[in-house]
Amino acid sequence: MQASPLAHHFESLEKQAHAARLGMWLFLATEVLLFTALFAAYGVYRFLYPEGFAQSSRSIETWIGFVNTLVLVTSSFTVAMGLDAAVKGNGRRTALLFAASVGLALVFLGFKAIEYAHHFQEGQLPGRYYTFEGVQAPGASLYFSLYFLITGLHAIHVIIGMSALAIVGALAWRGRFTGEYHIPVELAGLYWHLVDLVWIFVFPLIYLI
Amino acid sequence: MSPSSAPVSEVPAYNPRNYLNSPATGLRSWLTTRDHKRIGVMFLVATTFFFAVGGLFAMLIRIELLTPGPTIVDAMTYNRLFTLHGVVMIFLFMIPAIPSGFGNFLLPIMLGARDVAFPRLNLLSFYVYLLGATIALWGMIHGGADTGWTFYTPYSTQTVTKVVPILLGAFILGFSSILTGLNFIVTTHTLRAPGMTWTRMPLFIWSIYATSVIQILATPVLGMTLLLVAIENAFGWGIFDPARGGDPVLFQHFFWFYSHPAVYIMVLPAMAVISEVVCTFSHKNIFGYNAVAYSSLGIAFVGFFTWGHHLFTSGQSAFDAGIFGVLSMFVGIFTAIKVFNWTATLYKGSISFKTPFAYFVGFLFFLVFGGMTGIALATVSLDVHWQDTYFVVAHFHFIMVGATIMAFLAALHYWFPKITGRTYPEGWGLVGATLVILGFNFTFIPQFLLGNEGMPRRYYAYPERFWPLNVASTAGASVLAFGLVLILVYLLVSLRSGPVAGPNPWHSRGFEWFVPSPPPPENWEVTPVITHPPHDYHHAGEAPPGGVEPEPRHAS
Amino acid sequence: MNELMRRVLFLPEQASEYARGVDRLHFFVILTTMVAATGVFGTALYFFVRYRRRSDTDVTPHVTPRPIHEILFIGGPLTLFLVWFAIGFPQYVSLQTPPKDAMDVYVQGKKWMWKFAYPGGPSAVDTLRVPAGRPVRLLITSRDVIHSFFVPALRVKQDALPGRYTETWFDADRPGRYQIFCAEFCGIGHSSMLGEVVVMPAEEFDAWIADQRKGLTRAQDAAPAPGEPVRAASSVVDEGRRIAAEQGCLKCHSIDGSPHIGPTWLNLYLRHEKLKDGRTVVADEGYLTKSMMDPGADIVAGYQNVMPTFQGKLAPPEAAAVVEYIKSLQTAAGVSGPSEPPIYEPVKRPRQ
Repeated sequence: MQASPLAHHFESLEKQAHAARLGMWLFLATEVLLFTALFAAYGVYRFLYPEGFAQSSRSIETWIGFVNTLVLVTSSFTVAMGLDAAVKGNGRRTALLFAASVGLALVFLGFKAIEYAHHFQEGQLPGRYYTFEGVQAPGASLYFSLYFLITGLHAIHVIIGMSALAIVGALAWRGRFTGEYHIPVELAGLYWHLVDLVWIFVFPLIYLI
Repeated sequence: MSPSSAPVSEVPAYNPRNYLNSPATGLRSWLTTRDHKRIGVMFLVATTFFFAVGGLFAMLIRIELLTPGPTIVDAMTYNRLFTLHGVVMIFLFMIPAIPSGFGNFLLPIMLGARDVAFPRLNLLSFYVYLLGATIALWGMIHGGADTGWTFYTPYSTQTVTKVVPILLGAFILGFSSILTGLNFIVTTHTLRAPGMTWTRMPLFIWSIYATSVIQILATPVLGMTLLLVAIENAFGWGIFDPARGGDPVLFQHFFWFYSHPAVYIMVLPAMAVISEVVCTFSHKNIFGYNAVAYSSLGIAFVGFFTWGHHLFTSGQSAFDAGIFGVLSMFVGIFTAIKVFNWTATLYKGSISFKTPFAYFVGFLFFLVFGGMTGIALATVSLDVHWQDTYFVVAHFHFIMVGATIMAFLAALHYWFPKITGRTYPEGWGLVGATLVILGFNFTFIPQFLLGNEGMPRRYYAYPERFWPLNVASTAGASVLAFGLVLILVYLLVSLRSGPVAGPNPWHSRGFEWFVPSPPPPENWEVTPVITHPPHDYHHAGEAPPGGVEPEPRHAS
Repeated sequence: MNELMRRVLFLPEQASEYARGVDRLHFFVILTTMVAATGVFGTALYFFVRYRRRSDTDVTPHVTPRPIHEILFIGGPLTLFLVWFAIGFPQYVSLQTPPKDAMDVYVQGKKWMWKFAYPGGPSAVDTLRVPAGRPVRLLITSRDVIHSFFVPALRVKQDALPGRYTETWFDADRPGRYQIFCAEFCGIGHSSMLGEVVVMPAEEFDAWIADQRKGLTRAQDAAPAPGEPVRAASSVVDEGRRIAAEQGCLKCHSIDGSPHIGPTWLNLYLRHEKLKDGRTVVADEGYLTKSMMDPGADIVAGYQNVMPTFQGKLAPPEAAAVVEYIKSLQTAAGVSGPSEPPIYEPVKRPRQ
């Protein structure tokens, strides 16, 4: 950012904020479509191999997914609180709440890592690496291909979102945002909500049904 | 509209303080620039380079097909050649050329803005393009791919060639495309000059806007699909592998969900250019502004629901084929609306047959025949015969390549004075246009007939009865190549030594012609106030917006 | 008229009623396209002349369309397109619904040949014999990648997908020989994956298939390859030659010394082959058998790993017969020291 947050080609800060918000929403649309392709593949193969998918879904630990859902929803809540603090001009409070969100994201990734380690031990792996004895129905290896693609892509998004929150939080701590200018806080928050929202779709697809 | 206060004599013909020399010259100032005009020019140079690379591959293919058997290369090399020809031309030339090149240069100027909404993202888009191109080029040099640009599974997941870097390159190029599209949409929404309502926007912007919508909505799906193929090829995760329960036809659905709209990513910008050219060279407002504007959005929308017409012979149900067939007709309708409106624009106009207009004529020809053959392909039963033959090759070269190249060359000539401040030689321009249009027809009309006769595409060797038409096609391609080289030569010469153009050599009333040539870094000295749509030739004589009088208009 | 249009448009002969129907639509489409295009270009041309620029200062009127113009612009082409569709779509539906009494033939595409199998009857490679005037349903699948079964003369095309069956049908009414192409790109042999539909008069076909079923003329389609050095013509060698032709080995392996998609069989026996990974092997019986069953194990330098496995496709005596056949392909100068590493040469011109 330059000394003044207003770029030369915008007439007002308000319009610039509008542009930034619009750009972020469009970007989020592309992110949604990225996941949509995987969800569509999931839908097709679930239709083709209902038994293999149902059995595989039952073979993984639902409680981890459930706890992770709670963790992510809570982190979304703290992010929203952080944005509220930023609107009120309280940068320090924003930074602390964002730090809490980053902490929760780490917890999420920790659980994910435990889960992945378990899959590796059991041989619940994609495609030709699948050696799990528990489920032999056709389509089980495809389930795990999609499982790793979807949760892996989501985990990458968690890491990106976490980094964005950390950077914006640090800037907020240093008092770079004001009640009038806090667009980066808002955008980072939007991104984090998307990461959360995607998980809300992933959780029932992967763990519940 | 306030009358201009600047006396005519104070406007220099060649704008001394322009985006080319200020704020600074030198490589570094270009590589770190955030000026949309410089980024546009860099895109133009890069895409033209890849056009030449793709054209070289095309010539090698045509030479190979000069005789029924082996001619200059072996089968494996030939398969790589046509794959690389497709990949380079589509991902590195046609998709970025007009939107990222001319769109970048012109969109903010036409909107009366100083820059795009996110200048840094714009520069990033260019570097992402370079990165993707570099990875793809690396793959080409280290073995290339032999799958065809469509990467059909399971062939693409089993091939031993370097398909992974090329897929990754295309994946990365998708991000460049997304960034540009996102930037254009936001710019159009937030940076229109005062008085620039949606229905006063130049039609160029309407089409580019529709293109951007497709870029944003379709590219992520392609990105994911290409990534899945790459993962499958490298690690065997089985998503598209029938041996592991995967469905290879699912790939075709995913692929065409992007790649059919992608055809409109190539054609819509061409239509954008043509809407400007036809107005300027007939000195007429467009006939049916709303129809042309909304049909662009219509194409973008319907284009998402026609992908299944690529799968008529893949074992699709008759019901699906019927739905996709009818929906494909609607894209034809929207295109027909445009064709009729462009033609009607000429009515009571003042037509000046300059080089860009010659390309408009060529464009109309390719669009009509390319479009009609497209509808013929959507009649389902004819498609069964034509699918994967040279008829399809000729059809999409007409509609997507012919139309795009015509528009690209029209744009290059039409805006050459604006971009460089100089003019090209008109006589050579017409010679070049004639050669290119004739050459293109001689290349692809024989291919329509070859397809009728039943010659499948991607054939390295062919039975002798296809020989004469293949020779004709290769001869046509040589004329086409010669014409393109000629154009490149005279444009390069004009770059240094062309006569100075002045701000508005075409006496156009498109908004971009009211800024000096080449434009200053801030585009408009004062933010213009728009009171009329562009190309309001019945207002000739009145001052344009922005307070810069282009040129003395003789009182009539 | 039909014949004239067919020749003008370079269409192949029409071997079925379906093909003639499709061509009628084709002619209608082309003619209406030409009329419409002439209309547009004629109008444009008239405008070019009538409204050419007379001076740089021409002022033009502001013309805007009335709703009726746009309605015509939409309605005109829409009607035309829907008429095309209304003709074309029923044809497609009829192509998707084979008659119940159709004779079934199983078609299997694999790199790079077509295998045809008649229920309870013989099978053949690259030559599909069918009776004239009787509907034939094809059940198509693929062993490896996607292929596409295409017979221009019948205007019929259907993709061959691995892992599932697709179907199409035709009713050829003119005896003759019609070319089969593979229309979906499938690798270096794509353009040589050719075949032939032989439409026989119905009685001839009945006689032929009866013969086949009796096993009297099993080797009819396995034409002996020309230019082969004739040596020890024992019966095992003949059997091997027949199997090699039937299995399509000779599409990739030449027997005249020229390198093709795979190494030539001439003088192959006991040759010292240099492998891709640098090892050298002697092409003895063991190596030859292994290469049939596990072709990817020892790839000769300069060749691609493209050969399908014949594990389970060839009975042990059949594999042995093929080996005997390979052993018989020796010229006098054979078996003398290691051969030069073969240089990859492109596919030869396809036969007519």
